[in-house]
Formats: sequence, structure tokens, C-alpha cells
Amino acid sequence: MTRKDLAIIADWVAPKARVLDLGCGDGELLAQLAKQKQVSGYGLEIDPVQIQKCVERGVNVVEQNLDKGLANFADQSFDTVVMTQALQTLRSPHLVVEEMLRVGRECIITFPNFGQWKARWHLAFSGRMPVSDLLPFEWYDTPNIHFCTFKDFEVLCREHNWQIQHRQVVSESTISGVLKDFLPNLFGETAIYHLTR
Amino acid sequence: MRKILTTEAQSPRSGIPADSVGIVEPQSHTFPGPFKLACGRVLDEYTLMYETYGTLNADKSNGVLICHALSGHHHAAGYHSESDKRPGWWDHYIGPGKPIDTNKFFVVALNNLGGCHGSTGPASINPATGKPWGPDFPPLRARDWVHSQAQLADLLGIQQWAAVVGGSLGGMQAMRWSLEYPERVHHCVVIASAMKLSAQNIAFNETARQAITSDPDFRDGRYLEENTLPRHGLAVARMIGHITYLSDDGLGKKFGRELRSGTFEQGVEELVEFQVQSYLRHQGDSFSGSFDPNTYILMTRALDYFDLAREYGDDPVTAFSHARCKFLLVSFTSDWRFAPERSREIADALMHANVPVTYAEVESPMGHDAFLLPNERYEKVFAAYMNNVAKELHGELQA
Repeated sequence: MTRKDLAIIADWVAPKARVLDLGCGDGELLAQLAKQKQVSGYGLEIDPVQIQKCVERGVNVVEQNLDKGLANFADQSFDTVVMTQALQTLRSPHLVVEEMLRVGRECIITFPNFGQWKARWHLAFSGRMPVSDLLPFEWYDTPNIHFCTFKDFEVLCREHNWQIQHRQVVSESTISGVLKDFLPNLFGETAIYHLTR
Repeated sequence: MRKILTTEAQSPRSGIPADSVGIVEPQSHTFPGPFKLACGRVLDEYTLMYETYGTLNADKSNGVLICHALSGHHHAAGYHSESDKRPGWWDHYIGPGKPIDTNKFFVVALNNLGGCHGSTGPASINPATGKPWGPDFPPLRARDWVHSQAQLADLLGIQQWAAVVGGSLGGMQAMRWSLEYPERVHHCVVIASAMKLSAQNIAFNETARQAITSDPDFRDGRYLEENTLPRHGLAVARMIGHITYLSDDGLGKKFGRELRSGTFEQGVEELVEFQVQSYLRHQGDSFSGSFDPNTYILMTRALDYFDLAREYGDDPVTAFSHARCKFLLVSFTSDWRFAPERSREIADALMHANVPVTYAEVESPMGHDAFLLPNERYEKVFAAYMNNVAKELHGELQA
């Protein structure tokens, strides 16, 4: 999967911001942000393979399990807390978003859309859990334990009074790319939400 | 000043591995005093024993200082002779192509002040009395070591270390360097360490010291003058330490309940000896034949006293806000003496102080000793980090 989401995130992060990237993966986003926007910050990651990639790139990465919370960070100690493609892997996604908005003045979250037509099609017609390029796991070995759709996420935001500053929907295929603007929950593959308290 | 590797040292015939720094020769230098210590006392002069590996570059920017742990010394890598059976204590990690790559770095390792391997310490002659210092040797703090190491850097012409590196007590010195001489440290590598000891750690150290001082041959620390040596006390102290450096799991895997001698057969009274017993005794005995008991007491006290943030209002964040270097922290999952939790505290303080830090928690069954032993993930993370340090020196990576 190419990372169209990263370019959009970069637009939303202020120059020289202090950024915390939760589940930072191989550190690509932080490396880009450092280069383009002179941000400083840290990535949190739990996978040794990904941590190694961060170290090789020279990205500051700290080994930490997000499921154990962010209690080690002070209130409002970062400008922006980012979490790309990790929400669905968390034990308690709603608590982590709460924490992101405590630790950061704003947060940016991306996640795969389970309401996308391909997933719906797969489940409806094969009667089995969707396995695709985007979600290449079987139900029993997937790290993704909390899928949601864009609609689900927006309900969660309303319930918690999180303010959606921006939302952008990304799709890799051309057809979905056009249709996603009309029916984002049906045609969007990845959503990028910019939240504040 | 630097060691040139002879081709002979690298030939297979010598039995010295090709990725070793080869045969190395310790050097010593006596620094003129007065050298004021944290305790208020002054040394008129002092000697440091050290070794270097690799080549110092033209702008003297590739120096890496290795700070040793409790029982370490200047011989960190390579061999002292062709017939030397064992290399330096950190040979797994220092050498050509190793994480601290001597093709890239000029590595300096020393025996700390107060040590017993050639540097001025309790076993040295007190110039004021003409007798061994013994218990009269002044108590030392990590900062005293750091200040003497800075004088060694001056001697070598190194204004700024590319990295100051240390495990355990060595990590404490590395952290102290970052606060005492922020402009002289580019990177700080802290492995299996802590900002201060826990009560449990201090308790173990006290038990070890009691083992030494209660040996009848200790003679209030004046055993050298009286021609005795509290060998048994020191051996017990080392055994206690050794148990705490390993994990329950590690000991179990290595020895289990295997017997060295004897049997549990009924009707037989012969005493049983477990493998782990003879192993510990061997560790204790060999240590007490090569280490000075007063130095052991002095070093464990320095460990106990260490508290990184004490004079920064007990706030590690305030302390680290003085640091100007980047940090690499590594801990090991089964290390209960310097548990991962202690390293996480360091990482948290550094992040709060907005200091660049990378932290890896390495899976290992080997306890605290893991920092000296081969471990694939540890080697990879360490090597990747040091590789970037080297790249920065060449301007290939933005500092």
C-alpha cells in the first residue's frame, strides 16, 4: 500500500511542531515531517523489526506498548499526536484517542474503513471475513481486532465530544477515488481525521 | 597512542579471531593534581590505565569512550598476548565490523580511578604515608570518574566524544557525562542502567560489603599492610552479585538441578553438589584472586550514591534539559537488577526534556549480564545506531 495518507497528514502538521507518532512503524512519517516541516518528536512502536528500521533511518523511536496507555506523558506535552493505521489494532481504541487528546493539543488518526464496498461485498457474498491487500490477514491471526467504519468512528467522536476539524478520505483505485467524495463510507479505503477536544 | 593491528595478530595461525582488535597493549598516564573530588578531598596526582582501539581521525571527532561497570577495567577488547585465552570484557561489541566498529571509531577504554587494575586506587601507595591507601582512599562518585575521564580526553586531544557508551554503572557515567560536559558528548549510549538504584539494589550491595568486611582477614581494610586478604568474603560478595546479574530462568537453563558430584540414592550419605554451586564458587574464587576488596566496596558505594537528578531538584526532566546529545537506551527483559522499567524512566525523562532518544527493550533470558553477551537484536540496534553516529561524522546524516 502506498501511503497517500502521509502527504495529507504532513499538510495538517504545523512547521516545527512537537509530534508524537503512536505505532510509528518504520518511521517514514516522522522522517518526512522532520525533513519537510522541521518537526521534532518521537515514535512509539512495539515491533522490533519496525524499531530497527526507525533506528536505521535515525528516527527517535521508543519501545512502548500503546495498550498500556500513555500515562508516562504529561498533559498537552505535544503539539500533535498522530496514529496511522493502528487504531484497529488496539484493545481499547476509544481510551487511546482520549489519551491522545490529553497528551496533544490536537491529534490525527488514520484507519482502514471496514464499511468500504469491497469489504461489504466480500462479507455479503462469500460469507467470510474480508481478506484483501489492505487487510491481508485471516480473522484468527490478524493484529486488527477493532475494525470500524467511518460512520462508526464519527458516532464515537460525537459521543466523546471530540471535534472533527478535518476529514479526508483516501482511495487507491481511480474509480473509488472519484466516488469516495460522494459516498465516502462506501468508497473510501482510508480515512484521515484531524481531531481536537 | 593508537594500536596498530599486526597482520600476525589477525592470521588464523594465532587463533585470534579476524573480527578482533587483535593484540593490544595497556597504557598508563599520571595526571598531575590537584584533583578535587566530590567528597571534598584532593588527590595530589593520579594514574589512569587505559587502552585504545582503532585510529583517531584528523579532526579528532571519532572518539568513543567506554565506561566500565562495577568490576570492569581498561581491557575492553582484544587480547594481551597470543596465548591470552580470553579477550577483553566487551569484545562481543567492540572490534572491526562490530557494533562499536573500530574501523570507524577510535575507542578509549579505561580503568576508573579507584580501580585495581593499574589506575590509582585503594591498593596503590598513598604518597603521604608510603603505605597502601586501603580504607583511607577517598570515597568516589560517578562524577569524579567523569571528571578524570575528561582529563584523559584532554590528553588524547579529544574535545568532543562521538559517543560515550556504558552498561550498568558505565551507563550511569555516560549519563553523568551528558550533564557535566554537555558540549563534549555527541551521543550517549546507556545500556541496562538506571538513574538511581532501588532499595533492593542497595540491599544487595550492602550484603556484599558485609561479606567482605566480616571476613577476619579484612583487618578494617588494612589487609595489604598486614599481609592478609579477605578472599572468602570477596568471593561471597561476588557470588551474591553474580546471582543478581543472572535471571532465575537463565540459571535454570544453564544448570538446572544437575549434579556435579554425589547422588540422591537412598542409603547413601555422600553429600550432593549441584553444578550451580561449583559454578558460583568458581566465579567467586577466580574473582577474589584478581580484584581488590576495598575497590569492590568503593565501587558498590559509588553505585549506591548515584542519583542522576539529586542536584536538579530531584527532577530528572530538569536534569536532562541540560543534555545536548542524543541518547540510545537498551534494556533486557529478564534483567531484574536494572529492569526495563528503570530504562523506561530514563526514556520518559528524556522525552519530557525534549532530548532525542531511542529506546529498545531487548528480549533475553540472560538477566543483567545480557549487556555483555551476544544477542542478535541488541547487536543490530546498537550497530545501526552507531552506524548513524559514524555517518554524522562524515556529514552523510544531518546531525
